[in-house]
Amino acid sequence: MAAYDGVIDGLGLRDWCDAGKEDAPMSMAQLLAQSGGGETSNGPALPFPSLDVLHEACGRIGQTRDLTAGIEQGFLAVRPELKLVLDPLTQPLSWMLDGTLWLFQATPWWIMIPVLLLISWWVSRSASVTAFVASVLLFFGFIDHYEVAMQTLSIVFVCTGISILLGVPIGIGMSKSDRAQRMIVPILDLMQTMPTFVYLIPLIFLFSITESKIYGIAVIVYAIVPVIRLTDLGIRLVDRDVMEAADAFGLTAWQKLTRVQLPLALPNIMAGVNQTIMMSLAMVVIASMIAAPGLGSLVLQGIRTIDLGVGIIAGLGIVLLAVILDRVSKAALARVDNTRKEH
Amino acid sequence: MTAKVSLRGLYKIFGPNDAAMVDHVKTGMGKATLLEKHRHVLGLRDINVDMQPGEITVIMGLSGSGKSTLIRHLNRLIDPSAGEILVDGQDVMKLGQSALRDLRQKQMSMVFQKFALLPHKTVLENAQLPLSVQGADKATCDREGRKWLARVGLEGFEDRYPAQLSGGMQQRVGIARALTANTDIMLMDEAFSALDPLIRTDMQNLLLELQKELHKTIVFITHDLDEALKLADHLVILKDGAVVQQGEPQSILLAPSDPYIEDFVSDINRARVLRVRSVMGPINGDHFDGEVDASRNLEDMIALTGGDTNLCYRVTDGGEVVGQLDMKDLVKALVPRVSADVPPA
Ligand SMILES: Nc1ncnc2c1ncn2[C@@H]1O[C@H](COP(=O)(O)OP(=O)(O)OP(=O)(O)O)[C@@H](O)[C@H]1O
Ligand SMILES: [Mg+2]
Repeated sequence: MAAYDGVIDGLGLRDWCDAGKEDAPMSMAQLLAQSGGGETSNGPALPFPSLDVLHEACGRIGQTRDLTAGIEQGFLAVRPELKLVLDPLTQPLSWMLDGTLWLFQATPWWIMIPVLLLISWWVSRSASVTAFVASVLLFFGFIDHYEVAMQTLSIVFVCTGISILLGVPIGIGMSKSDRAQRMIVPILDLMQTMPTFVYLIPLIFLFSITESKIYGIAVIVYAIVPVIRLTDLGIRLVDRDVMEAADAFGLTAWQKLTRVQLPLALPNIMAGVNQTIMMSLAMVVIASMIAAPGLGSLVLQGIRTIDLGVGIIAGLGIVLLAVILDRVSKAALARVDNTRKEH
Repeated sequence: MTAKVSLRGLYKIFGPNDAAMVDHVKTGMGKATLLEKHRHVLGLRDINVDMQPGEITVIMGLSGSGKSTLIRHLNRLIDPSAGEILVDGQDVMKLGQSALRDLRQKQMSMVFQKFALLPHKTVLENAQLPLSVQGADKATCDREGRKWLARVGLEGFEDRYPAQLSGGMQQRVGIARALTANTDIMLMDEAFSALDPLIRTDMQNLLLELQKELHKTIVFITHDLDEALKLADHLVILKDGAVVQQGEPQSILLAPSDPYIEDFVSDINRARVLRVRSVMGPINGDHFDGEVDASRNLEDMIALTGGDTNLCYRVTDGGEVVGQLDMKDLVKALVPRVSADVPPA
């Protein structure tokens, strides 16, 4: 006899329950036992009245498995429509990722490395930072990790670029309206706190794992948050007196944005970009599980084949990449900051 | 003379339902009651001021009396709850977005207490701002910017950033910026309050000097009576959002209409502020110990006479005889009138 038979009888629901009796699918406990090998004990005298337990007493009440199955069904039902909208929207992302990846790999190293160094110099204007970047890139080449490092770097470039392109306008919109801010902030919180694996799942459902946009989206969703937040913050922090002066001299909304708000918010926006770069690098590594190429896939391979050396070298490569990206973007931030405050 | 700027029956109440509160205020509800009963802040109450072209109108009052609120109505950085704002006879309230921007660009410029310069632009770029906003070409911007920077004594600092300048120099940039706009009206909200006394005197002199050649209509806010008396052609005294007295500064000093103003004027150096013009009388004798100009201040006169109160002078203004000054009247004028112990003369 099931634990809550008495309650069901007491409520006079027995007839209703029995009317719908059918063979149940697997209960949650059985599912866990099957996949994890955990044991199904005989349970305490008074089990928690969960869906599974109540189901034993009354066939009409669904099991938790029904719930998860229902979600899957629902998702599958809207999938074609979602795909119809999302596919063309996200297709350019695939092209950009593939194109950049091809460009980074097809360009011979003796052109690629100088170009990257030029970019580092142009952004940071610091000889020591550029020299450090050079030594790291040469080290990658030396240990035969140049190729994979370029793969990772190309994804980081594309995803950071798109994050900035989308994130800055969203941040601007957010700063203009308190309502927009109230609506967007919880979404951003969710994007940042939700464990990465959780949103990899619907992505796999939605897109084919052979498409590169699948990891592109995963990276952007995760990495776009700081640039949005800090653009919003930066614009809101612009001195009210300066904004009042801009109004008093009759600047248009566009002039205020381009001449006052964005330049004054720039240090904050750059700090956001720095974080976005770091987060997209972190995510590229995780996204190797959904077929993102690069250093992450080597780490994954190290784990799968229990090959300690491969994993450790690839991990070290990721750290080095993180350090140079951080150094270069921080140097750029410091440079922007300095032109304001030099005395 | 028609006024350049007129405020007619201006009310400002801060709060979500301000228009409805105007009636309460019109029927005599005070600031405290309004706040307590309706949670609205009374900003301005029934302001009627005419600002004449080419004059400096000084608005004075203690902190929180509504000075900043008042001056921000002139270019509509704040919208009134009721009343009219006329600039050259035109109601500013009827202007649309772009006409209002036009007014702010071409008719009124503003100088701020905290300078409000753009920190990421050079001094020259800051000074050019009003013109570059209007889309003037680079050569014009450059020429005008340099001209006005030189005029306020900042030649050679064009390529510095504001943070590299002292407070007084930053405010000179602020003034140059307002002058570059080449507007008839200049609004100055406590423009000199953040500066230390010596630099402040400097800036006041600079302003008076500029005004002598430019003849702008200046609205100047201050909480400092000495500054007000030095600059004002027309003085408006605000208290709790209402005008308590306005007029020619010397006459306010001699005949304060309210204990609040008496308090204000009681501890200033009257001899330095009052001028012969304000205390002279009509000619009624024929013996004079000398001739003095009407614009001399009383401190000068005391020094001239060496403190002798028996002397009498003929007063001239631009070569014309306008009255006589009995030194005994002068001494009387130096006694501050306090309502409690001196009955009105
Ligand atoms: N946005 C606002 N909302 C509510 N109350 C306000 C607002 N702005 C000003 N006030 C109130 O209006 C009154 C006048 O303020 P205002 O800033 O005009 O004073 P002020 O004379 O310029 O003072 P100060 O010398 O300190 O600058 C004050 O009581 C202030 O609290
Ligand atoms: Mg103020």
